[in-house]
Amino acid sequence: MAGSRGLNDSRAVGTADDATETSDAEREPVLSVRGLEKAFGGTIALAGVDLEVLAGEVHAVVGENGAGKSTLMKILAGTQQAARGSITLGGSPFAPRDPVVARRAGIALVPQEPELAEHLSVEENVLLGAEPGRAGLVDFPALRARATTALAHVAHGDSAIDPARPAASLGPAERQRVVIARALALASPRVLILDEPTSSLTSTDVEQLFVTLRKLVARGLAVLYVSHFLEEVMAIAHRFTVLRDGRSVATGDIADTTPEALVRAMAGAAVALRPRHADRTPGEVLLSLGALAGRHLPHSATLELHRGEVLGIAGLIGAGRTELLRAIFGLDPVRSGTIRVHAEMGPAGPPRRLAQGVGLLSEDRKAEGLALDLTIAENTVLTRRLGRGPLIDPRRERATARDFVARLGIRCRDVGQRVADLSGGNQQKVALARLLHHDADVLLLDEPTRGIDVRSRADVHAVIDELADRGKAMLVVSSYLPELFALCDRIAVMCRGRLGPSRPARELDAHAILLEAAGG
Amino acid sequence: MTDTPSSFTARARALPGEPWFGPLAALLVVYALFAVVAPDTFLGSLNLLSMVRATVVVGVTAVGMTLIMIQGGIDLSVGSVVALATVAIARSLQAGQSPMMALATGIAVGAIAGLANGALVAGLRLTPFIATLGTMSALRGLAKGLAREQKIDAEPGWLEELMTMPPPERTYQLLPIGVWVGLLLAIVAAFVLARSRFGRHVVATGSSPATARLCGIDVGRVTILVYVLGGLLAGVAGVLEFSTLTVGDPTDSVGLELKVIAAVVIGGGSLSGGQGSIAGTLLGALLLTFIDTGCTHVGLPNWVQEILTGAIIVVAVWLDRLRRRDG
Repeated sequence: MAGSRGLNDSRAVGTADDATETSDAEREPVLSVRGLEKAFGGTIALAGVDLEVLAGEVHAVVGENGAGKSTLMKILAGTQQAARGSITLGGSPFAPRDPVVARRAGIALVPQEPELAEHLSVEENVLLGAEPGRAGLVDFPALRARATTALAHVAHGDSAIDPARPAASLGPAERQRVVIARALALASPRVLILDEPTSSLTSTDVEQLFVTLRKLVARGLAVLYVSHFLEEVMAIAHRFTVLRDGRSVATGDIADTTPEALVRAMAGAAVALRPRHADRTPGEVLLSLGALAGRHLPHSATLELHRGEVLGIAGLIGAGRTELLRAIFGLDPVRSGTIRVHAEMGPAGPPRRLAQGVGLLSEDRKAEGLALDLTIAENTVLTRRLGRGPLIDPRRERATARDFVARLGIRCRDVGQRVADLSGGNQQKVALARLLHHDADVLLLDEPTRGIDVRSRADVHAVIDELADRGKAMLVVSSYLPELFALCDRIAVMCRGRLGPSRPARELDAHAILLEAAGG
Repeated sequence: MTDTPSSFTARARALPGEPWFGPLAALLVVYALFAVVAPDTFLGSLNLLSMVRATVVVGVTAVGMTLIMIQGGIDLSVGSVVALATVAIARSLQAGQSPMMALATGIAVGAIAGLANGALVAGLRLTPFIATLGTMSALRGLAKGLAREQKIDAEPGWLEELMTMPPPERTYQLLPIGVWVGLLLAIVAAFVLARSRFGRHVVATGSSPATARLCGIDVGRVTILVYVLGGLLAGVAGVLEFSTLTVGDPTDSVGLELKVIAAVVIGGGSLSGGQGSIAGTLLGALLLTFIDTGCTHVGLPNWVQEILTGAIIVVAVWLDRLRRRDG
């Protein structure tokens, strides 16, 4: 009920008088950017970006990490200011000093990991900082009404998020919907900027997000869509702009381009989207699980992982894949079932696992995978210190780290740089370097290329391929199916806590995996 | 009250989820325990009233601390602020000011101390713990200097009556005026927290400063204001403390901040911000008094009290975690 009422309220999505008709021709750009430049110290982030976004379109911005996408978004959203160039919003010059000004002008950013005030309710989050009321007191009925209207725009079919729910109880997809609703609750929303909106969504949620976005652009909103997933860009965007090394190098209609062409424009030179692995002959079993069950998840997982083999685990988010890896590594308790590593039986904590030569690459590199305040060198040798007795040998540490920096192509000033200062792709390579330095035999890789750029992804894939050739055993969890097909010898699907049988990757196709993952 | 039975039971079932439920249960258990062990002295309305009176300085200070901790901060300087306020009141009475003027001075001193804390935290971006550790020492020194390192006698006038039990002809008043004032301030604070825009912004700032900033909340202003309110309430507590002592004492209330923080934490507050409740805090403060008084009545030595208090704090926080995990 609330949903249909909200959709008829055109005020909430701004100036769209005509909700259904948007002719492609002769549309004025709602946002146009000319010659934007920005430098941080000696590093040039933007060296001349042009961008034109029309009302009623989804405009994709693609580019490698470090190409300037984040800086461009931050300037548009008001968290940073450009050094040179001009921005026009709705026909008048626009140079927001801070996010508040940008929001008031109708530009709202939906970050990759949407942040909410956990201790407030959904409706309070939607109207945070813009609470209706008088004399400092909040008008709760009005708050509820406005939040309900905004939430109706991001409803999945008829099911809108209950405005009274505590924000802490929301899943990633719902969080994102709340943050979008927050943008729509602005006085006159014009441009919605989505940064990697699908990186933590399931495929169903992605479809729902697309439905929502199509609805919103049909009402005249402009969407700036930043993503690494080219398939998604092809599916949702009308037009695109490619950034490379701080410049806009290509723009055009999505209908006239191909993923390969986009990748070429992004990389400057052709980079293989998928590394090919040769047929490998797996060796002895290094890891075997028998009906393994964790405290909550997984319910039951049985598998055998051989030397020189990459085994992929597909499944929806929440199916229990991460929990499986954590249970194996001893980060989460094991309820029942067996784990055997080499010849040793039974569950064990991380110190024992590391001693056995098992390494885990966390999906959450910022909170768990890396010590962000430590240097590249310190992170690399964290699990296997170099030195004598309780003392460390900083010179050997640095020398070792330098080897890995060269081998993995980590872009950094030097190995004494804090990991927090690196881009996502380079951070992931440091996390990988730690496993390599530890010389683990069994590698548990959780979303090894999440949120990193195309070139870094290819680098990481090449490392995984090489490790398999050298006789390492790897368990790879990924929500990106092309990645699993490119990397894995075998793939097993996890659905609602149960791990299905593993089958050779070449006997599977994406359709079959998706069906199995959805419990079909 | 037109509740149907079903909605009544639904509400009853939701009670354990309320932030004040845990501290209330603990309070009742502790009360029952001492009532059984020392029925002659502990049980009795007079003792109950005197315990409420004894809680008021911690309670009023803790109301301010609750706001600060929900905002994500902490204020270690409150004990020094209370002492400084008693000295300032005594000095201004000595100088011939009226009791009303002296009272206003005490509160103003607290608010200014809070402003200083707020400026250090929001302006210089110091960690609240460090900033107020500094002001804790500096303000204590200021109090001692102002008092020339001794207690200051002054004619309190009607200020003394703020904390005296009501005379026999006014027993209906039950508690000293100061206690009622403290309660009123607590109710106002709870209302502001639940109903005002400022209250939302305090919670949002403590819950996620980045989100608050993005949503146009002036985080710096909210921070400063919350410390000013905390200091102001510590100033009010200083007035009540002076009324009890009737001297300005620069060495008074050493360690008060720990009791106050304990009350907030027992009441469901968190050092990481975003949560806490005024009602829970008051119950927490009362619980601490119950333990003190109860132990005295039973004849347990001071060191047992301290161990018990410590244990209660740890258990309270642990139970709160369990409850949250289930919920």
